[in-house]
Amino acid sequence: MKFDINTLGIVLALLGAVLAALMAGIGSAIAVGMGGQAAAGVVTEDPGKFGKVLILQLLPGTQGIYGLLIAFITLTQIGVIGGGGAEVTFAKGLLYFAACLPMAIVGYYSAVSQAKASVGSIGVVAKRPEQFGKAMLFPIMVETYAIFALLISILAITGVGNLNI
Amino acid sequence: MTEQQYTYAVARIRSKELSLLSKSDIEQLMNCKSEKECLRLLTDKGWGKSEDENAEQLLNAEHEKTWELMHELVEDMSVFHTFLIGNDFHNLKAAIKQVYMDSEITDIYISHGTIKPELIYRAVKEHEFSQLPPHLSACAEEAYQIQLHTGDSQLCDIILDKVALETIYQEGKASGNELLSLYAELKVASSDIKIALRSVKTGKDKNFIERALAECESLDIRKLTVAALGGEEEICNYLSTTDYADAVSALKESPSAFERWCDNLIIKHIRPQKSNPFTISPLAAYILARENEIKTVRILLSGKRNDISDDSIRERLREMYV
Repeated sequence: MKFDINTLGIVLALLGAVLAALMAGIGSAIAVGMGGQAAAGVVTEDPGKFGKVLILQLLPGTQGIYGLLIAFITLTQIGVIGGGGAEVTFAKGLLYFAACLPMAIVGYYSAVSQAKASVGSIGVVAKRPEQFGKAMLFPIMVETYAIFALLISILAITGVGNLNI
Repeated sequence: MTEQQYTYAVARIRSKELSLLSKSDIEQLMNCKSEKECLRLLTDKGWGKSEDENAEQLLNAEHEKTWELMHELVEDMSVFHTFLIGNDFHNLKAAIKQVYMDSEITDIYISHGTIKPELIYRAVKEHEFSQLPPHLSACAEEAYQIQLHTGDSQLCDIILDKVALETIYQEGKASGNELLSLYAELKVASSDIKIALRSVKTGKDKNFIERALAECESLDIRKLTVAALGGEEEICNYLSTTDYADAVSALKESPSAFERWCDNLIIKHIRPQKSNPFTISPLAAYILARENEIKTVRILLSGKRNDISDDSIRERLREMYV
């Protein structure tokens, strides 16, 4: 029986989807964990700051959601979810895989970096709760790059779906 | 040791820093008319454990609170050996003196060393120095023999003080932490300068100075020894060629001004830790800030107790961390 390389197409596409969900998810889990440790430290001393530190803790959790979204779109496009059974050639599978990488890689690193900014901002809230608005902006700046990666991954995945290769 | 390990601890320290005394709090204490009024103000700020404490009890309670907090925050206290090891040497000196005098004296030991004072006392009393950790055992035996055979307490202290400085230095450098390493460097260098100055004032010879000075990177102790033999001016001349050139004006002012300069230098170096959210450094900085705060309050209370003029007290007050 002759091996058809095109059977690997769907494998690559699925691998891309899994990586996006996995890496962004791991990044967010680490990040929210770090934020949680810092938030717990502040709440131990001053329970009144719970609401503010909780928001800062949750900010780096968005990458996990973005990863999930990219995985969901990819799985839908390749017919793993919702059926349809669109044919995924090797080239197309490779393109899907590449399209998922921005969210996978940027998702992981931006979550971990955002966690560091969040922990710093939790320190600001611990000392100056009235500066919460400003403190929140620092981790939000990191979010920009996760959104860029999300955007490019979505555009690439939908674009690949329309290609006739 | 990963930086995440201290995320919770540093966040708690950030909240704790809010209760550190600021410059305006010290000013408020200065405006109090008596020691009693100062104590009342400190109690209102949450100092001490009960209301009817005297100054020393209040300060001891604050010292205890700092270390209790660290025990709560840090699982492995060996990270603070750079700070704690000095207490072992103090306890060793106290134990040798107590055994030599063959008397029962209480309250001469410091808590929060790396080993229990009772163990040190027992080792000295039974002459079983092998019970002690390696950094204490060799010098303990030598110091004990000198104390026993010559009765020279100063020589005994010098031997232990030098090993204490060397051990603090090694611990600081081996910690792999920039702040602890810097603290060890400044501690040894400032102690060396103080030893050199005292040696000049008491007319000590070269042998004594060499025996007392401990090696560090920022000072050449051979040059410092030569300078100390030449007098105070020579020490100032030598220091102006080192990182401690700023100390010269303080040295010329008075010994207490130099002590204040040393403490302020440490505070200046630890201040950046107020914005560091990770690592053990903010915790180490908090300990040093608390020690500095307690020292400043002790000076202030003692000044008020003895009716010393406000100007004289102010001369001795340290800069605050916050």
